[in-house]
Amino acid sequence: MNREPRIQRYGLSERLVHTVAGLSYVYLLLTGLAFWTPALFWLAAMLGGGFLSRMLHPWVGLLFTAAVIAMLAAWRRDMRTTAEDRRWRQAIGRYIRNEDSLVPGAGRFNYGQKAFFWLMVWAGLALVLSGVVMWFVDSIPPELHVVRTAATLIHAVAALATIGGFIVHVYMGVAVVPGGLDAIVHGEVSEEWARHHHPLWFAEMQSTKGSRERR
Amino acid sequence: MATLELRRVSASSAPAPGIRLLPIVSKLVDTSTCIGCKACEVACQEWNDLPPETTVQMGTYQTLPEMTPNFWNLIKFREHEDEGGLHWLMRKDQCMHCTEPGCLAACPAPGAIVQYTNGIVDFQQDQCIGCGYCMTGCPFNVPKFSQQSRRVYKCTLCVDRVSVGLQPACVKACPTSCLQFGTKDQMLEVANKRVDQLKANGFANAGVYDPPGVGGTGVVTVLAYADRPELYGLPRNPTIPLAVRLWKGPLKSLGNVAMLAGLVAAAVHFVRFGRKQGGGSGDRAQ
Repeated sequence: MNREPRIQRYGLSERLVHTVAGLSYVYLLLTGLAFWTPALFWLAAMLGGGFLSRMLHPWVGLLFTAAVIAMLAAWRRDMRTTAEDRRWRQAIGRYIRNEDSLVPGAGRFNYGQKAFFWLMVWAGLALVLSGVVMWFVDSIPPELHVVRTAATLIHAVAALATIGGFIVHVYMGVAVVPGGLDAIVHGEVSEEWARHHHPLWFAEMQSTKGSRERR
Repeated sequence: MATLELRRVSASSAPAPGIRLLPIVSKLVDTSTCIGCKACEVACQEWNDLPPETTVQMGTYQTLPEMTPNFWNLIKFREHEDEGGLHWLMRKDQCMHCTEPGCLAACPAPGAIVQYTNGIVDFQQDQCIGCGYCMTGCPFNVPKFSQQSRRVYKCTLCVDRVSVGLQPACVKACPTSCLQFGTKDQMLEVANKRVDQLKANGFANAGVYDPPGVGGTGVVTVLAYADRPELYGLPRNPTIPLAVRLWKGPLKSLGNVAMLAGLVAAAVHFVRFGRKQGGGSGDRAQ
């Protein structure tokens, strides 16, 4: 048993908000895919039928929006792109090939995580705005029909963008980075893990050790 | 109508089961002989046994501002003034029964919108999920959403009557033969004859409204001012909205391929590069 000291990476409220965002996104993804193509309409049947899926989808969308806003409030500063990130981005090919020793160190979040975060924020904004139009489509006057059609198209494009990011995000967190899932669920990582995956954040944590308690 | 008469079924990747050949039917609306009596509105309400709507005093000869989920046939009244004087333009607002229905193209619920081999487009409300995509797909602003049932309603072209050889209720009730019903060929013939009469009577721009952008419609309308359909509140060149065609066409194919490619790329990456080494497992129970 490795008894190396562990440090907290995510506080309880961060983990809860991420869980709400993740679960609501999965529901939105499955029901949204059911409305997207007849080949996947069975997803709606599996989740209680098309009518119920259509009833709940917008409400869960609001829940997801609230979770994204909470994450934005919590992580906005940590998600700013830094000079280190630009160097990391140039070495992204090495990161993908798992040649981590040749990749510049990352802070609390690496550039890939930050890109995913901002993708979800901006695409989420497009989704909630177009989604509200689609929700109340019968309230949009016929003279503004173009607003209805544009909303439908924007909703689909923005959703596809998030799906691309979501596939990478889940794959990285679950399959590629050992301990990634454990960190976001339980909040703690080993010092060795922090040193390897987020060395700049680890250094910062060490320098403020004792004086800083995360929520 | 029977399964054998289904030409198109919404949100279905399988071919429609219809094999029975029926003549394409059509309703003729000759706006120049409409006297605005509203018999068709009453007949529609009665035959379909729809809950009554409270009429709205609009200061014109029009019953309601728009159709509603309980009111599928509305005579739209407009005044038009030109050198020839003041004209009352009556138009029968109802589902146009497009040959290429935008509602059906947009619908995500399998079997909620069908088109029969005789051309009638019909909503199957028990399959409807209430998303309102049909309202986005329709170029005529026809489908109406019921807040009560959270589903969408419109004219059925009295499919229940037509399927047993009767004419639609509105046609039956029309006292001036402004409304007629028959095969599309017959109705176009009557319409063109009427257009010739109108032209002889000084309406040089009379014509038939059977817009090609939606493949033609199951409701053929004779207009005295066919060069300006917007005078009647009809779109000049209705088509399935471009955004809907993109969304249900290229974007859908592209999106599906991209999503699959994403999953395949992740699988290939995992086989080729696998998990990251170093940093330990990170888990609590190491």
